[in-house]
Parts: sequence; structure tokens; C-alpha cells
Amino acid sequence: MVVRLMTAQRPADESVDQMDRVLHALADPTRRDIVRTVVRAEHSVSALAERFPMSFAAVQKHVAVLERAALVRKRRVGRTQMVRADLRALGAVHELCDQYETLWRHRIDRMERLLAEPDPATTHHRTEEERQR
Amino acid sequence: MTVKDMTKDPANLTMRVTAELAAPVERVWQLWADPRQLERWWGPPTYPATVVDHDLSPGGKVTYFMTGPEGETFHGWWHVLAVDAPRSLSVEDGFADEHGVPNDEMPTTTMSVELTADGDRTQMVMTSTFESQEDMDRLAEMGMEDGLREAMSQMDAILAD
Repeated sequence: MVVRLMTAQRPADESVDQMDRVLHALADPTRRDIVRTVVRAEHSVSALAERFPMSFAAVQKHVAVLERAALVRKRRVGRTQMVRADLRALGAVHELCDQYETLWRHRIDRMERLLAEPDPATTHHRTEEERQR
Repeated sequence: MTVKDMTKDPANLTMRVTAELAAPVERVWQLWADPRQLERWWGPPTYPATVVDHDLSPGGKVTYFMTGPEGETFHGWWHVLAVDAPRSLSVEDGFADEHGVPNDEMPTTTMSVELTADGDRTQMVMTSTFESQEDMDRLAEMGMEDGLREAMSQMDAILAD
């Protein structure tokens, strides 16, 4: 129930879809490993297939998911497909975390404000004015 | 600075906030245990919360709704998993439809709060855990950029007090 409460309007549909794709892509540990690997250096799909004990086709499938999420980019060098990271899309995930952080910082600010008021447990009748403050 | 630490761990679908509050544990507990207090900090200022049911016992329910600037309402609920007043509380936190009926289609998160006395102050550790990556995806879908901007302007107003 955290995010919804902050929602005044949904962001543009494209950005929602994009964040969806990023989170879906990163949900899989193998795909996270692939991203980590290609952040450090560009790899060919066959090099990735060797590095992760799986078939060329399986790696290709993972890479395609990452590509749709714009987390990696592919380029063709002769007959080899090279994969490298495209970190701009990761910003969306960080943004979600940042939004949670801001939400809780604000909640805690409000808590602090309340704690600075007289303890309602020792105040028998709170006035309407206090309720609205 | 009240917030001492903020640990974000998207890979493990958790977020932990540690804050130090200037009040004893019993007083901080009231922020959660007194529905009138809870209403005043749970929602952003433009979406004030109204707590309907508030049973903070294991298996109990807390239900609430928030009212937006145009009168639209957003309903939510907590299902109390564990409670040890005034030290800890763990709830499942979910959505409901406009009649307050829990919406099973919507993602839930688990929220755990621990209060520890530190002299006459309280350390509060709040941990939020997404049930699954899928849930995190769906929460992300909802976005909240504009709400954030609202909250920030409100924060400025508070700081200017």
C-alpha cells in the first residue's frame, strides 16, 4: 500500500511499460548476471553461453528480454552478436527505490511533528482545532 | 536528521529504514496503535487517511481509505501478522476496492516495525518486503511522480514552520 497512496496520476504509459519490462527482465538471476557481466565488458552471445552453462539459444532468449527492456544493446560484428549494457534503463528501478525512500522520509517527518505535540494519551479532550492541525 | 539509515535492496525486494525519534517507545507506539494518530502520518497531506477498523491483534484488520483532492478515495488494509506492544508489529499491507473489500488481484507487501528504547528516544526500524518480483513490478506500474512533488512542497511548508 505504499506507492498507491502517493499516486496523483499515473505516469505516461510508455514509462510504465518500460519500468515493467526492466523489473521483469531483472527478476531473473541469470539475466542479472548477464547484465553484471556486460557492464564490465562487451561480450559475444557465444562467450556468454560459455560463461553461463547454457545453450546459445537460451542465452539469446535472455539477451532478447534484456534488450526489450533496454538494459543491453546488441550489435553485429561480422557473424558475431556482441552484447553490451545500456544502463540508462536501470534508472527506472533506482527511481522506484528512491520514491519509497522519499515516501518514508516524509512519513517519518510527519511522525516527528506528531511527537512534538502534547501526548494525546494525557489529553482527555482534543479540540477540533487540534484534530485539524 | 531523524532518518539514520536507509537500505534499499531491490535484488532481495526489501527496503529498511532506520529512524531515531525524539520520544519514548510507548509514545512512538501510539503513532501506530492510535488510529487518530496513524491517520495523521500515513498518507501524504493531499491524500489524508481515514482509519475505519483498527484491531492491532494477531489476525486483526486495519482498514482505511485516503481521500484525494477531488474527493476520490483509495482503500487499503493491513492484516496483522504479529504484534508485541509496544515493541514490534508486522502486517501484510494491501489494497481494497471502493467498498473496502480486499482486492486479491493487487500486490501486497509485508511491513515490519521494531521499536527499541534509546534513553528517552526510540529507534524505529521499518522493513518493507515485496511478496514477489511480480508484485514489485505491479507496484512500480502505479507510479507516483506527481504525488511526490506534492509531498515535497508540503515538506517545505513544514520546514518553514
